[in-house]
Amino acid sequence: MSITLDSQVPVAAPVSAPVKGYWQAVFSRLRRDPVALIAGLILLIILAMAIFAPWLAPQSPYSTSMLNRLKPIGTEGFPLGTDELGRDMLSRLIYGARLSLLIGVMPVVNAFVIGSAIGIVAGFVGGRTNTVIMRIIDVFYAFPAVLLAIALAGALGAGLVNSLFSLTVVFIPPIARVAESVTTQVRNYDYIEAARASGARSLTIIRRHVLGNVLGPIFVYSTSLISVSMILASGLSFLGLGARPPMPEWGLMLNTMRDAIYVNPWVSVLPGVMIFSVSICCNMLSDGLRSAMDVK
Amino acid sequence: MNQTAEIVAPQQDQPLVQVSGLEVRFKSPDRTVHAVNGVDLTLKRGEILTILGESGSGKSVTLRTLMRLLPERRTQLKGQVSVDGRDVLAMPQRELRRFRGRTAAMIFQEPMLAFDPVFTIGQQIAETVCRHEGVSHKEGLARALELFELVRIPSARRRLANYPHELSGGMSQRAMIALALSCRPRLLLADEPTTALDATVQIQILLLLRELQRELDMSVIFVTHDMGVANEISDRIAVMYGGRIVETGKVGEIIAQPRHPYTLGLMNSRASGELKGQRLEAIPGSPPDLATLPSGCAFAPRCPYAIDTCHDSVPIAHTIEGQHWAACHRLEQTQP
Repeated sequence: MSITLDSQVPVAAPVSAPVKGYWQAVFSRLRRDPVALIAGLILLIILAMAIFAPWLAPQSPYSTSMLNRLKPIGTEGFPLGTDELGRDMLSRLIYGARLSLLIGVMPVVNAFVIGSAIGIVAGFVGGRTNTVIMRIIDVFYAFPAVLLAIALAGALGAGLVNSLFSLTVVFIPPIARVAESVTTQVRNYDYIEAARASGARSLTIIRRHVLGNVLGPIFVYSTSLISVSMILASGLSFLGLGARPPMPEWGLMLNTMRDAIYVNPWVSVLPGVMIFSVSICCNMLSDGLRSAMDVK
Repeated sequence: MNQTAEIVAPQQDQPLVQVSGLEVRFKSPDRTVHAVNGVDLTLKRGEILTILGESGSGKSVTLRTLMRLLPERRTQLKGQVSVDGRDVLAMPQRELRRFRGRTAAMIFQEPMLAFDPVFTIGQQIAETVCRHEGVSHKEGLARALELFELVRIPSARRRLANYPHELSGGMSQRAMIALALSCRPRLLLADEPTTALDATVQIQILLLLRELQRELDMSVIFVTHDMGVANEISDRIAVMYGGRIVETGKVGEIIAQPRHPYTLGLMNSRASGELKGQRLEAIPGSPPDLATLPSGCAFAPRCPYAIDTCHDSVPIAHTIEGQHWAACHRLEQTQP
């Protein structure tokens, strides 16, 4: 039996493999998880609400009317009632989704990119570099999240951009820590050494073999932070450090409506209900993702 | 790059691997581990050498040094290592990357762990081929298919699209061999490739390796602690203990006439048919701690023939016959 290993062989039929990509596999598993599916669906609806707000909202979220202040749920023309300035609650909730989702998701996305970069480098390089980077991260991690966010936003001054920035800073340490610990684990696996033994450079190893194995856990952890971010962002707005009135933002709405809680409790808690449902859906979805992304 | 041009073209009669005076130390703040303490080794083209030894004898470390895979910062290397006429220890990073996989390739002990779980086997082999030979991904996959047929994986085409966890142990070791052979290396390093497999699969893999070695005219260094495996596959055996080679020779010589007391002990502690119902003979004591190596012969504390000289000075190699030599002060005691 003679076998030649000739690189010049004509490429016969392309390898017709029923390749089922990684993400395809994840998605098909996710589809069989009813809880994650419903959570995802609700999030999609809220996202669509935010995107199509101008078409969906029955009225302008800014138009006030002194005559229609604090109407209860089910009033003619105001299906979810009105707030303390007579603005339509339904419209404000729909428009509020835009800002609230933005300040809920943006810091996590930013922190995901920056934090995993920091963590992966620290974990892969190891040694003294790791110690220096991670101890600096620990300094930030030592502060309670809320306190750090308030302190930063307070020091930088109230405003949307500043609150986005301060929340990003708050979320970098936990993500970097998760990234670092997963990378340290992956770095010692045989397939990293095998990749090195077959002549791959460090950058290739990080980009293909480390990133591919590390991103899943970090991603799942980050999605669970979205709910925390929403709540913190709402908290900042509540304290007057984030969104400014009259912007429709759920946290801020909760703040301004709190005086009316004895007059019209059901309308007052509506922004809170929205924050709660988005948070819990994010958690459910990230739970589902965690099990779906575990290939083995 | 000038350095590489000056190197003499490798000749056919020149040994493929030449290691002399290799010492490897692992440094950590609180202790230094003397993993390899002066190893000399040559490997001819087309030869299979087995490095035999128990855990912690430095055999895997020696193997990794041949590809410079040890963590550079914590490792101190001394001595000469040349593979295919090139000095491995002095190679710049770029050349080293081309050397790995192309001139020398490695098979690992746990094939399941040596593949990245998020890519298919085919992708991983194609990736290696693409990187080294600059061909397209499609050609890389075609080569992977060829290799799978070469290592006799049934329904190769379908297996290429599998993820590592979808293969059985024997199958993934075959795939690992395919990956190692993907760029036609001259030297194949096998780090206990059959230890994680069960006995029937073990012999299949050994036979396959021997067959491939002949067909592709490779040299193989095989590391194992299993005498049976060593006997099955190798042309020559080197027995390692405490980071030194204590005895080396052709397979027949080592198996039939072991001369170093350690090799003798290993032979006596094998289970064989006639001994049914009797206790197995074991070597008393335990292997030395490589951080605090005895000053003389590393085996002296466990050796039945040890005298004062053994504890004081490291024995040099004494030729017994042809290529067969042993490093021991008391060779006259083990004369057959």
